[in-house]
Amino acid sequence: MKVSIPSQLRDYTGGSAQVEARGATLAELLADLEQRYPGIRFRMIDEQDAIRRHIKIFVNQHLAHNLNAALAANDEVVIVGALSGG
Amino acid sequence: MARKLNRPRKGASRTPSGIVTLLIGTRKGAFVLKSDRARRAWTLAGPHFLGHIVNHVVLDPRDGKTLLCAARAGHLGPTVFRSTDAGRSWKEAQRPPAFPKAAPGAKGLVVEHVFWLTPGHAAEPGVWYAGVSPPGLFRSEDGGLTWEGVEGFNAHPLRKTWLLGEQEQTTPDGAILHSINVDPRDSRHLYIANSPGGTFESQDRGASWRPLNRGVAADFLPVKDPEYGQDAHCVRLHPLAPDRLYQQNHCGLYRLDRPGEKWERIGEAMPKAIGDIGFPVVLHPRDPETLWVFPMDGGTVWPRVSPGGKPAAYVSRNGGRTWKRQDEGLPAKQGWFTVKRQAMCADARDPVGVYFGTTGGEVWMGASEGERWSCIARHLPEIYSVEAA
Repeated sequence: MKVSIPSQLRDYTGGSAQVEARGATLAELLADLEQRYPGIRFRMIDEQDAIRRHIKIFVNQHLAHNLNAALAANDEVVIVGALSGG
Repeated sequence: MARKLNRPRKGASRTPSGIVTLLIGTRKGAFVLKSDRARRAWTLAGPHFLGHIVNHVVLDPRDGKTLLCAARAGHLGPTVFRSTDAGRSWKEAQRPPAFPKAAPGAKGLVVEHVFWLTPGHAAEPGVWYAGVSPPGLFRSEDGGLTWEGVEGFNAHPLRKTWLLGEQEQTTPDGAILHSINVDPRDSRHLYIANSPGGTFESQDRGASWRPLNRGVAADFLPVKDPEYGQDAHCVRLHPLAPDRLYQQNHCGLYRLDRPGEKWERIGEAMPKAIGDIGFPVVLHPRDPETLWVFPMDGGTVWPRVSPGGKPAAYVSRNGGRTWKRQDEGLPAKQGWFTVKRQAMCADARDPVGVYFGTTGGEVWMGASEGERWSCIARHLPEIYSVEAA
């Protein structure tokens, strides 16, 4: 499926704003992204598997609150660097 | 454990000339300020990691070319960047400092930022230590590529008690573990400091720890002379006299001579109108009796700026028994400087140059060991750290 990458994380994707990744859940998708782009997951997801405070992940335009969200092959995943102050 | 007290070796390993490089961590990236041989002209390079909050940039003195940089971005998690070519190129750590995953249903710790970096013992190339917020100690054995928690501290059953509980992010960025000091005579012998929590010592490379806070005030606690809980701001061990420790604390300025256990409040000798509160303490590289501090206003609501708007360093040449004000060249009034605990340092030249960075983005050099100050960089973001290399 297609995953939109925010500007803050494009150093990891070679500048790509949209990449392909696979997974039946958000957790699997992030594991796949980590395999393709080492280091990217920890910048978004902390060591307790929580989505970091200023990262938001939308699946088909709905905000995901944890990594258990189920995904289908044609889902749209958008990762956003949310406002974090100055 | 008693160790032979190294007598001060005044004059040892002087560096009479050479370029000084200042590694500057700021709220918006890292900068490098390089001098000419006379230390009169300075050239600024950077930013590196623009937009990242850079808490600390440190050169490995064991190889003179490896740099580690503790960074995070506003949106992204904390990490460590590593250069093996003196900053020409950088790679991110493969496994940055991270606490263990908690058992299901339990609340685990999350590294908010990597705050402090210390190269390991000279006989252990590749070993580094990192202090993080919330307070935790991490160790790398491969030059900063991968990091493991020092569980002797991080999982100590009393850790939370020592640290006065787990704190949410507070002023300015939460509780931290900092001031990691490695005894140059013994790689197993470590000191760390916590803000809050106090100073702790390990004799076994971090497997076990004990508080080392006797004599240190904690005016904010209801207990007199507590064993732990003090708010250590900066603790430095002198490399040539490793039994000599200095501490700038939230509640005073102290010296400890091991194997002694009780800190002496050397800040009592500071002028009463100035007090002995501050963030950094800086040691002379060759003279364990000489140290600098940069006092700040710790009154009422803790403004944390230069007392009275008149910034000055204070130097002691006798281990803290007497102090001399050094303010030539600094603003005589309306100078509301804040100098953070990692933002003041000394070079290894003769005479020593003393440096500090302000939260207002200025870097100042004190020539002739702090006797004359001049601003050598301005208009930088808020400065968190300045290290001389």
